[in-house]
Amino acid sequence: MNVLHYINLFFSDNTHWHGYDGIPTRLREHVQYSLIALAVAAAIGLPIGLLTGHTGRGGNTLSLIATAARALPSFGLLVLMFVLIGFGLVPVMIPLVVLAVPPILVTTYEAMRSVDPSPVDAARGMGMNETNILFQVELPVALPLILSGLRSAAIQIVSTATIAAYVSLGGLGRYIIDGLYQRNYEKVVGGATLVAGMALVTLALFWGIARLAVSPGVRRSN
Amino acid sequence: MNDWFRIPSDLQNSYFGLIGLHLREAVIPVLVGLVIALPIAQLCVRLRWLYPPVLWVTTVLYAIPSLAFFVVLIDYTGQTETTVMIPLGVYSLVVFVPAIVDGVRSVPQETLDAATAMGLGPVRRYLQVQLPIAVPAIIAGLRVATVSSISLVSVGMLIGNQGALGNLLNDGQVYHQPRLIWLSVITTAVLAIAVDAVLVAVRLLLTPWMPRGTRKARPAPAEPATEDAAR
Repeated sequence: MNVLHYINLFFSDNTHWHGYDGIPTRLREHVQYSLIALAVAAAIGLPIGLLTGHTGRGGNTLSLIATAARALPSFGLLVLMFVLIGFGLVPVMIPLVVLAVPPILVTTYEAMRSVDPSPVDAARGMGMNETNILFQVELPVALPLILSGLRSAAIQIVSTATIAAYVSLGGLGRYIIDGLYQRNYEKVVGGATLVAGMALVTLALFWGIARLAVSPGVRRSN
Repeated sequence: MNDWFRIPSDLQNSYFGLIGLHLREAVIPVLVGLVIALPIAQLCVRLRWLYPPVLWVTTVLYAIPSLAFFVVLIDYTGQTETTVMIPLGVYSLVVFVPAIVDGVRSVPQETLDAATAMGLGPVRRYLQVQLPIAVPAIIAGLRVATVSSISLVSVGMLIGNQGALGNLLNDGQVYHQPRLIWLSVITTAVLAIAVDAVLVAVRLLLTPWMPRGTRKARPAPAEPATEDAAR
């Protein structure tokens, strides 16, 4: 009731919908940061994951990277980069990308490894070359898992971009951080609601992508 | 050398005191999460129709960013350790339920039949057969949950300096001492790796029947799709 009351106050205040600190601006910023970080992380993680998964080499190295990345405190990394590099988008993008690459990389590798080897052998026996096997046989079968890796990465980026407001970044986290400093709980709760909503929209988006992109045959067998 | 570990007095704690605090804030929620997850998972194993909706709820809960979770709780529990620990407990619950359900389900039917034939009732069968066989899966979940929990405690700094080692991040900025930030990041990472190693050792102790050379045996079964180490 209490929290709902604050949420209502925040969203019904007309001034929160306009201008530099308005909800549309902050939302756009948050989406923009998240998309850039996800695109960069995917551009790094997907090709490496697909290749290592296809050849089956480097699994141990990858699991080591995953453990190390999981141990890295994202918030600490964020503050560290900010102190080392200074103001701007780059010091925030580095930790976001560093955190998003391992889930993409490892899940893609695992997905490619878990593809049933018999259709791959059949494709090879039919004379398909390796590139075609990779893109026409393995990738479609591995797609659901690969998408789940991208989803983890995206959700992690959305969350960490929120925390990034602490080190000067815009985005929805601004409301939470500023609200805490200003002792304006209405703003804090409003920001939290927006961030949670955005995380849920991300989930839904990936669910939708999976519905569209995964071939019906693969979906049925799962 | 000792200068490197000196902690500003406003944190009212020594270096090792902060480590202890950090461990407490990270580990207690995970353990509570495990205790709550066991019955929920057992219920999901028993009632198959219950599992998909439970999985759905946990996925949604896991997507909520930690900072949003923290600040909403402030209204109820204030800017305290509890506020940091509740979300961590929920996140670990989310990791545990699928891990335990998959682990318990992986027990072969013959094994269960053999246990029944030996006269084990449902309770003893669960405690003495299903649970021990599920230990590797549970520990895998425990590793993910604990390590991400250790990383997340730092975010507690934002809500009234409840972040243990994370509080050093703020001090480092306020006092312009990058040393403190390095100290926080490195200590947290080392702590996570050390706890992870301890859990691997625990698994080896608890499952003496498993082959030791896990490296050569199939790569560890894909961990539950919860790579969100830190949010």
